[in-house]
Amino acid sequence: MAHGSTTTVPEDDFVITPTRPGEEKGTWSAVIQDLLFTVDHKKLGLMYIGSGLIFFVIAGLMAAAIRLQLAIPNAHFISPDVYNRFFTMHGTAMVFLVGMPIIFGMANYLVPIMIGARDMAFPRLNAFGFWMFFFSGWFLYFSYFAGPGLYNAGSAPDIGWFAYSPLTSKAFSRGHSSDYWTLALLASGVGSVATALNIIVTTISLRCKGMTLGRMPLFVWTFLVVAFLVILAIPPLSACQIMLILDRYLGAKFFDTQAGGSAILWQHFFWIFGHPEVYILILPGFAAMNEIVPVFSRKPIFGYPIMVGANVMIAFISLGVWAHHMFTVGMTSLGNSFFAISTMLVAVPTGIKIFNWIGTMYGGKIRFELPMLFCIAFLFQFLIAGLTGIMLSVAPFDWQLSDSYFVVAHFHYVLIGGLLFTIFAAIYFWYPKAFGRMLSHKLGMWHFVLFTLGFHLTFLPQHVSGFLGMPRRIYTYEAGRGWEAWNMMSSIGVIFQAAGILFFVWNLIYSYKKGKIAGDDPWDAWTLEWATTSPPPDYNFEKTPEVRSRRPLWDLKHPEDPDWKYE
Amino acid sequence: MDQFINQPVPFAEEERPWRPPSFRKVGMLTLITTESALFAIFVVAYVFYIGKSLNGPYPHEILHIPWTASFALFGSSATITFAEMALKKGNRSLFQIWWAITIAMGAYFLGFTAFEWHEFIFKEGLTISTNIFGSTFYSLVGLHASHVIVGLLLLSIILISSLRGKLDHGHHEHVEMIAWYWHFVDAVWVVVLTVVYLISAHY
Repeated sequence: MAHGSTTTVPEDDFVITPTRPGEEKGTWSAVIQDLLFTVDHKKLGLMYIGSGLIFFVIAGLMAAAIRLQLAIPNAHFISPDVYNRFFTMHGTAMVFLVGMPIIFGMANYLVPIMIGARDMAFPRLNAFGFWMFFFSGWFLYFSYFAGPGLYNAGSAPDIGWFAYSPLTSKAFSRGHSSDYWTLALLASGVGSVATALNIIVTTISLRCKGMTLGRMPLFVWTFLVVAFLVILAIPPLSACQIMLILDRYLGAKFFDTQAGGSAILWQHFFWIFGHPEVYILILPGFAAMNEIVPVFSRKPIFGYPIMVGANVMIAFISLGVWAHHMFTVGMTSLGNSFFAISTMLVAVPTGIKIFNWIGTMYGGKIRFELPMLFCIAFLFQFLIAGLTGIMLSVAPFDWQLSDSYFVVAHFHYVLIGGLLFTIFAAIYFWYPKAFGRMLSHKLGMWHFVLFTLGFHLTFLPQHVSGFLGMPRRIYTYEAGRGWEAWNMMSSIGVIFQAAGILFFVWNLIYSYKKGKIAGDDPWDAWTLEWATTSPPPDYNFEKTPEVRSRRPLWDLKHPEDPDWKYE
Repeated sequence: MDQFINQPVPFAEEERPWRPPSFRKVGMLTLITTESALFAIFVVAYVFYIGKSLNGPYPHEILHIPWTASFALFGSSATITFAEMALKKGNRSLFQIWWAITIAMGAYFLGFTAFEWHEFIFKEGLTISTNIFGSTFYSLVGLHASHVIVGLLLLSIILISSLRGKLDHGHHEHVEMIAWYWHFVDAVWVVVLTVVYLISAHY
């Protein structure tokens, strides 16, 4: 491990000489052992993000196959069975194997450093959480090789990512495909809860001296809220997975409508998890925004306490909006009204946040570096996603467009235009910290331009095809309904997105060896992670830092005008 | 940037003690919160399905309020507190006695559940697949019973460590956390007792 130019362990007695064979530094065996047995939050964080990106590429290829199938009417590039499995695996993987691990990776890497701690509160639990996710991810993908084998796409689940009952009952889902889905999600849920618990405990109990709750970086605050959402929202998912397993293996009647069970109850339980999950995925995007926008606007964040309040308010409201996924089920008008209004209410704190980010940029000396470009794109795209969300929260509108491509466009604007763009921003921002080298600006610009272009080309037309009545998840469609042009545009957009991702992946690999040396604080930022070396040593800080304001590095760089005078 | 490397950030604030909350306590409270969310869904499923069974046996035919078992479980919350008080005073043998009583009462409760299930399965013919009552009953009571089992394992580890003299002052918070977990298991039984044995027994 390179610790940068100024190594901080000069004494010999700090260096542990390898005694056992295979533990010498630099050999493959050493690297593998290091990855397998590490409990270091930084390595686990990078492993989370790395595996998340691998799953991202796989699930992205599935999406590309779906778009290929839908590019022209009456196409038969892939068979209907394979198609059903692809959209199920694409959705499941993107949520549970890409979104969740990448946000946990960000939290793992950054939360302890930002609060001046040396590791997470429970390092071994942290490793446990990672390996639960990792193996359940490969377990889910293993379904392709199980059962009848690859010839007819194995036993991969084909029930959609929310697996509505009674499609999952033994009668309609033979074999073990649904069991792979259920068990993989149950196992990864255990890992997620473990990691979220770790984040909460780390944030509350391991803050360095002076790091009061009112001085914590907003990134950490947001992840505290996310972790609370995880521990409240994942257990309902685990509970309904347990019920489904009992139904499928022991003949229980939870979702068996023939025996008095209710298929609607599955929808309620799933969305009690499912909607907070959306906020679990998007709040980390906000977290990255909260750190990146101020640094590149050269101003402290506008309205820190309001931002904290907005986070908590979003999390609170998100626990009471789940049935807006179920307007078409036929609830009472009171139920429809309640969930419509509570859903619209989410727009208030979200609007506050967008307002505050713009307020941060207003009058600032904006540097249009790559992280900032992705953040600005996020502002526009997330605004579109929020507006279509408000449209869908109107129950009669939803009756028209539920399960149409309009919904697909809406949540892809949330998850790609919102989350993925901020993940890219975060990677461009913190890569220099993690690896000590800057990502190439030129390759990054290619990535940004191609991916943004491709993203809008793919998903903007889907609003229209949704309005024209195209349902989601259909295998193919007839010509002459007015959908052809929009679908062709969507599919062409994939090419640009894929090209953008290629530039991104190449950038990650290229800059690891050849990137410009970053130094400790390349962005002139203000939070504690920039106070240590790039990459940070195993123990993060030689001496635990002490802070007096929300921008400890500002105080350090500007002793004549420190922040704590004004806070 | 060299001057910042690994330099502690200067801190001119007056020397107040900095004591963030104990990570064990926060961890246990978080665990209890997430477990509560898990139980909540099973309780909701149970309540939702009260009276929805299409065939017998029905709750009112077979459920009897488990007074002694409930008394044993609630009482064990008291005895574990007595054990903690003894530990705080440094009275190790008294601690071990109260702790062992707690384990005995928890084991009695678990034995009751085993006996009850045996009756239901072999005499009343109620299994998890008989009807919707069986599904919700066994899953909710079983989830609770599994927590009692975990609690008993944790309690036993403490007792064995204490008997072998491995427990010292550094472990006081460990003991307290296990007591918290045990109180949680008891509190869940308040809900299960109310919902299953008091409310649904009329249907």
